[in-house]
Amino acid sequence: MVSPLNRKLLRDLARIKGQAAAIGLVIALGVLMLVMMTGLVNTLDQTRLAYYDRYRLADVFAPVTRTPERMLDRLAALPGVAAVEGRVSGGALIDIGARELPVRAQALSLPDLGRPRLNDVYLVDGRLPDLGRADEILLLDGFAKARGLKLNDRLIATMNGTKRSFRITGFAQSPEFLYSTAPGEMVPDDARFAVFWMRQAALAAAYDMQGAFNQAIMALTRGTNEQAVILAADQILAPYGASGAYGLDDLMSNRFVSEEIKGLQSTSTVIPPIFLGVAAFLLYIVINRMVQAEREQIGLLKAFGYSSWEVSFHYLKLVLVIAVLGAIVGSIGGIAAGNSLAVVYQQYYKFPFLVFSVDPRSFVTGFAVSILTASVGSLFVLRGVFRLTPAVAMRPPAPPDYSRAFDLAARLKRWLDQPSRMVLRRLTRYPGRMLGAVVGIGTGLALSVASLTLMAGFDTTLDLSFNVMNRGDMNVSFTTTQTDKALLELGRLPGVEHVEPSRAVPAVFRNGTYSYRGAIEGRPEFPILSRVIDANETPVSMRREGVILSKPLADILHLSAGDMLTAEIREGRRPVLSLPVIGVAETLMGAPAFMEIGVLSRAMNEPGQITGATLTLDEARLDNLIDDLKAMPMIAGIALKSDTRDALVEIMNTGPGSVRYVMLAVAAIITFGIVYNSARIAFAERQRDLASLRVMGFTKAEASFVLLGELAVVTLAALPLGVGLGYGLTYLTVKGFSTDIYQIPVTFSPHSFGMAVSAVLVAAGVSGWLVKRELDRVDLVAALKTRD
Amino acid sequence: MADTRLKSLDAAFTTKGLTKTYGEGPAAVHALRGVDLVIPDGEFVVLLGPSGSGKSTLLNILGGLDRPSAGSAHFKDTELTALSDAELTRYRRDHVGFVFQFYNLMPSLNARENVELVTEIARTPLDPDEALALVGLDKRAHHFPSEMSGGEQQRVAIARAVAKRPTVLFCDEPTGALDSATGRAVLKVLTDVNEQLGTTVIIVTHAANTAQLADRVIHFADGSIREVIENTAKLTAEQIEW
Repeated sequence: MVSPLNRKLLRDLARIKGQAAAIGLVIALGVLMLVMMTGLVNTLDQTRLAYYDRYRLADVFAPVTRTPERMLDRLAALPGVAAVEGRVSGGALIDIGARELPVRAQALSLPDLGRPRLNDVYLVDGRLPDLGRADEILLLDGFAKARGLKLNDRLIATMNGTKRSFRITGFAQSPEFLYSTAPGEMVPDDARFAVFWMRQAALAAAYDMQGAFNQAIMALTRGTNEQAVILAADQILAPYGASGAYGLDDLMSNRFVSEEIKGLQSTSTVIPPIFLGVAAFLLYIVINRMVQAEREQIGLLKAFGYSSWEVSFHYLKLVLVIAVLGAIVGSIGGIAAGNSLAVVYQQYYKFPFLVFSVDPRSFVTGFAVSILTASVGSLFVLRGVFRLTPAVAMRPPAPPDYSRAFDLAARLKRWLDQPSRMVLRRLTRYPGRMLGAVVGIGTGLALSVASLTLMAGFDTTLDLSFNVMNRGDMNVSFTTTQTDKALLELGRLPGVEHVEPSRAVPAVFRNGTYSYRGAIEGRPEFPILSRVIDANETPVSMRREGVILSKPLADILHLSAGDMLTAEIREGRRPVLSLPVIGVAETLMGAPAFMEIGVLSRAMNEPGQITGATLTLDEARLDNLIDDLKAMPMIAGIALKSDTRDALVEIMNTGPGSVRYVMLAVAAIITFGIVYNSARIAFAERQRDLASLRVMGFTKAEASFVLLGELAVVTLAALPLGVGLGYGLTYLTVKGFSTDIYQIPVTFSPHSFGMAVSAVLVAAGVSGWLVKRELDRVDLVAALKTRD
Repeated sequence: MADTRLKSLDAAFTTKGLTKTYGEGPAAVHALRGVDLVIPDGEFVVLLGPSGSGKSTLLNILGGLDRPSAGSAHFKDTELTALSDAELTRYRRDHVGFVFQFYNLMPSLNARENVELVTEIARTPLDPDEALALVGLDKRAHHFPSEMSGGEQQRVAIARAVAKRPTVLFCDEPTGALDSATGRAVLKVLTDVNEQLGTTVIIVTHAANTAQLADRVIHFADGSIREVIENTAKLTAEQIEW
């Protein structure tokens, strides 16, 4: 048998179902975001680890020039090394067809028998190459899909200067290439970079590596000090041209994926609390109104002998029902949304499988947080229930007391008419509630500002990267370092207008305990095509006396202009340079360091050497130029700026960057939700006052002023607050959205603020119009008869 | 007959066949069933009857808050039933004062400001202090509703209603929520307004004693006028039984 109080509870819920549903939905959205994001982050993280584990991804990678296979035993004997494999890795250029840009590729060896012990591949289709067939390859699935290649198709690739034709026997995915990026490039692009696998014997023959390897990969036993193994491996391999072993953290693909998952995690901590805070505020107001309206019933219940606890619990139950239902809907929706998002991400990262990992803790958190926030809001109200004695409660309600409020209106008496005074008095009488509405609308505005600035930031990244910094049309990289005669050769090709040399030197940067694996990029003293800019977007010249750090690198190493940077060069003579930092530049991709190219070459003791060039082209002659470039054996890769730009846009729109659209939608919903709810509640509370005004002969417009004036003041007060909060929130979210591939600059533009403010004003306008419409329809007689 | 026509020349209100029905079909409630009535200008009129008899509905229609289902209602030469919403607002603003059972003061304005609310939009208002003096509350002008008793709040409501010098003052159960002493004081104010300002006062009540103050008592039952009594032996507020 349902107790009468519980029946009252159900009927009360039915009565306020619209409002309860709205608040429940806000709670549900908050919980949904929480469960979805933690679920997604967990699933991606677990899947990544399971993938690495099942396909035995190595922990340490040690590239060398050429090492005899017998050295593998020495590596295997190192303490903590569980497995070692030596493989051959070589650069190749795939010829897609006449007049098409060749595609850079990496060829990797598979053991002659069976599957690799480390860095295994997941066979999507077909089979591994046969041992005896030197012309068979296994191709990276992502590239094959991007290029529409099928089993048994033939592929032409130039390896080690020789053009060869291969037959595709299978397609594979690899934990090593979740993201496929050509060495030295930043932006992954499935169509512009290929990986293929051949049997060791065949590949070794192609690169003159018989009986040798040029990459050792090692798996470590749990708990092994990775750094110690790296140091020991470097020592063993030093005579064989080791360029320095590195751990999984420095594997490009893994670094990108980890960064992106981290970014998702940080967004998941920003948005849900905002939803739940808003819900708590709305619940507080609704319950407060209900208790006010039901004071007689409360008095009656107490007179009958119900304790204050029982009566309070009755109202708390109402809150809890809303909170729990919201949390249930949110959790179910969160799992569903998280799972379907995970499937999207599975394709994006090319995981062969998904380990759905729903963390039960996120439900517990979701439920606890929603119940807690909902209760906090209503506890203040229930304090009032306790104070109410039956005798007081059953008398008609005293008018709300305005006599003790700080009376700003009285001070401004001369300038205010009575309706304005009513607006102002209400604002000063309930400062807490007004503050809540102001903070709520301000938060919505801040979210909008952050989302819009973030949106603009993505555009700025593209604009700065491809219009201000990289002003060439094409970047070419060479197979090996070339003398600057190569520049003349390039410049002579028909269709090439300007040529600018570049040199990239791999290095490990150190400052005390901080270190970073990266590259020094050599540029002309006054670069024209590939410029470096400072915070004011002014081009920076490569002064000869030191090194210029990119902002991210300076941050990682805790260095600023005037400090000394240690750079362990990982190429050629492998000098250790001590370089004065002469400036910090803004870069949006990666974390490079820059030097004047001549100074860099001399420091390397290789004067006049370059590794690439930036070109501007006559677009009309592009087709012939491509064929000319393909005929030059020194060219390892060609990248058109337009392709790189497209690839970056793709990454920004499909990866975690796409969450920015969700954020914008959330900002719009929150802003409108709060503005409209504030207006609705103000209307409900003042319905009788407004009806009285109408009865006294105030016109609809005059009566609306009292209601809408309040909304206007609250909205206007929220604007500066929202703008201020927007600054902070922008830094938080931009940091979350910036990845290793690209950084989003925080550039506050009046445009973003203007848009966000306009959105709030439009929301206020629409809300105002909606409640005004209701006000105009109020039945005056009925409104006046109620005792409120 | 001639007598009636003479009176209707200075009638404040004239109604013909005034009907008000809420709802339709078998569930329909007939609040007014064809009321013909003349209320002379300047009189103190009491509409008496049990709850549900239709008296409040009549008051709402005359006050421009509601519209009849059929029939006509005139205020002087103006046909109320033909006015638009905006014109009804204008009518209430210029001619009508209301006093309700639950006072309906603005809690965020003090006594004087509540009166000023009306004087600001009226054409020829009383001075707000004068209006408060009329109800004996000139000393409490700066108090907020929360600081006043029910009787005081009702007197502020009356001051607010009369401050615009309305042609007619409508009161719906003005003493319904008050004890006898305060009720008497409120009624005294209403008779004073009627006598000193010449305002037509129309009171809806089910308290029969109020009728002893009236020039004219209209008895309502079941949506119709049962009886109209012209009271020749008016009492003062101090004299009536409570």
